[in-house]
Amino acid sequence: MTRPIDVGGLSGEKALRLYRGLVRIRRFEDRVYQLFLRGELPGTLHQYQGQEAVAVGTCDALRPDDWITSTHRPHGHALAKGVSMRGAMAELYGKATGCCGGKGGSMHLGDPDAGMVPAIAIVAGGNSVVTGLGLAFKLRSTGQVATCFFGEGATNEGAFHEGLNFAAVQKLPIVFVCENNMYGASTPFHLTSLVTDVADRAAAYGVPAQVVDGMDVVAVRAAVETARARAAAGDGPTLIEAKTYRFAGHSRGDARGYRSRDEEKEWKERDPIDRFGLALTTAGTADEAALAALVAEVTSELDDAVEFARNSPDPDAAEALTDAYATPITIGALR
Amino acid sequence: MTHPAGHAATLEPGGAPSGPERRLTIAEAIREAIAEEMERDDRVFLIGEDVGIPGGFGGAFGVYLGLPERFGRDRIIDTPISEKAIAGAAVGAALMGMRPIPDVQYADFLFECMDELVNQAAKMRYMSGGKLSVPLVMRCPVGTSNRGAQHGQCPESFFTHVPGLKVVCPSDAYHAKGILKSAVRDDDPVLVFEHKLLYGSKGREQAGGLDLTAHVPEEEYLFPIGQAVVKRSGTSVTVVATHLTLYRCLAAAEELSAEGIECEVIDPVSLLPMDTETIFASVDKTSRLLIAHEDTLTGGWGAELAARTAEERLFSLAAPIRRVAAHDVPLPVAPVLEQAVVPSTERIKSEIRSLCEL
Repeated sequence: MTRPIDVGGLSGEKALRLYRGLVRIRRFEDRVYQLFLRGELPGTLHQYQGQEAVAVGTCDALRPDDWITSTHRPHGHALAKGVSMRGAMAELYGKATGCCGGKGGSMHLGDPDAGMVPAIAIVAGGNSVVTGLGLAFKLRSTGQVATCFFGEGATNEGAFHEGLNFAAVQKLPIVFVCENNMYGASTPFHLTSLVTDVADRAAAYGVPAQVVDGMDVVAVRAAVETARARAAAGDGPTLIEAKTYRFAGHSRGDARGYRSRDEEKEWKERDPIDRFGLALTTAGTADEAALAALVAEVTSELDDAVEFARNSPDPDAAEALTDAYATPITIGALR
Repeated sequence: MTHPAGHAATLEPGGAPSGPERRLTIAEAIREAIAEEMERDDRVFLIGEDVGIPGGFGGAFGVYLGLPERFGRDRIIDTPISEKAIAGAAVGAALMGMRPIPDVQYADFLFECMDELVNQAAKMRYMSGGKLSVPLVMRCPVGTSNRGAQHGQCPESFFTHVPGLKVVCPSDAYHAKGILKSAVRDDDPVLVFEHKLLYGSKGREQAGGLDLTAHVPEEEYLFPIGQAVVKRSGTSVTVVATHLTLYRCLAAAEELSAEGIECEVIDPVSLLPMDTETIFASVDKTSRLLIAHEDTLTGGWGAELAARTAEERLFSLAAPIRRVAAHDVPLPVAPVLEQAVVPSTERIKSEIRSLCEL
């Protein structure tokens, strides 16, 4: 699990793209946390630091017109799939310019223009809905593939099983990406399942599965690339289990009393950004200066996104009553 | 041809325009509606349990018989017994622009996929800031038929409490066909509740041997979501009812006519949105309102209609609003017990009589 990241065969361009993707999410999440503590953001937060390699590796292997479903922890998925940083940040601020007009917020980030269904904050909620995305692509022969992100906690929900089984029997073009970060809120997975690897559960449905190092963006990308090709070829879904770790608590105000600092330290030694940066500089794929320049670019992008969000107007209060229906209820309707 | 809007009171009993007689059952009318919509729009597909298996049932109530042969099993999709997958697949496909018609055999099974319906289908459009739509039509058979507590419920009122959903309850072949076609073309998720005892032609014994066929014209028509139908005109009392209870109210109205009580019987057809305009206009005329449904009393859609009427028309009323509904118990199987729970024609008659004495 802690073997060095193999960057052989990775072009400089692709390497920097992946590195940039990781840094964008990390910096975004760190900044968001500060903004939240300063009281600038409403609601709650579920942060993604530590798991960046899963979102970035997965989405980099997808086509731009592929779609994803996400979870209550969607910031990383959104940025990786192409939701604009401005749109995402403004949504966290609850502004009119947010990617969901302020109606989604942190837990429902998404944007159809980027191929992302508003994140589904019900655990395993996406696991049944994603089958419909895959079914539509199959019925229309579009060549698109749907990807469902979910946590290991979702695999004890009925929707995980029903969705996976239906996707399998219908040979739907879907990649199921489980981010096993070991804890469902405070509860460790081993107290909720006698199966250690989520991947083993796929066998029950005749679905091939693979465990990957979720702290290794190259490994995640390779696994998803293979699974995506299989899905697009009409051979059905694959389940990828990415072993990962969330560096932050479950949500805001989680003091993480249920896990040891030693365990956290051990996982932070596998930091997906540090490890990847080291591998790139060691292999000579990129030099320190290039990586530093890239971080500076991301910082500017982030500053811009925060300024954009701060300066954006609140939604008009009247907007609260729009968008519940596509065809407004008018004919002598209940008011 | 669309139904002439806003002039429901001028229609024949049954709400259908006159024309050459072509009598269909509700099952036949629904089948025709689905076939026409599948023919018109290749994004429309059926998905559910036992819907297309050769030698199977054509859906739990035979509504889909013949459709797999006509449209192919790519568009009549048989699923595992897996309501969350059925509803989830429908939601996801609808998000991608398809027009799925999922089917759960018995409305009782909707509780297996409440997350997909209530948290996903109903809210996706809103959460996306209006960028996405979920145009699905969920078919849900309801109603007592000696099947007991888990195969006979009328759970439509649950869903009228969910912003983002539309809820319709057609009770005859003409409106079933017209509103199902409207539902397929609607960009919002629509739940269509149909009563099991109203599907057939003969009028099952439990339905009192009613003639359940109705005139359905050859030419295409739509019946809009959100429009009520006045099934019988009268001046003494307004009676609003759906499904089998509607027919019991119509029977009660005929009998009460001999006593000088003339009921105006209204089929709301849609529960969300509900055509309160037509209902209030009737209440203005009759000054009395009785609401009847096979759903249980507490929190049923009748409670909402009663509240709205009280808010909007208190000074039109000469007597308190009355509700006749299933008693607040699970459904028993023994026919004598079952009929003691749901509104009988006798109970409806007696309630109307006492209401008119006030």
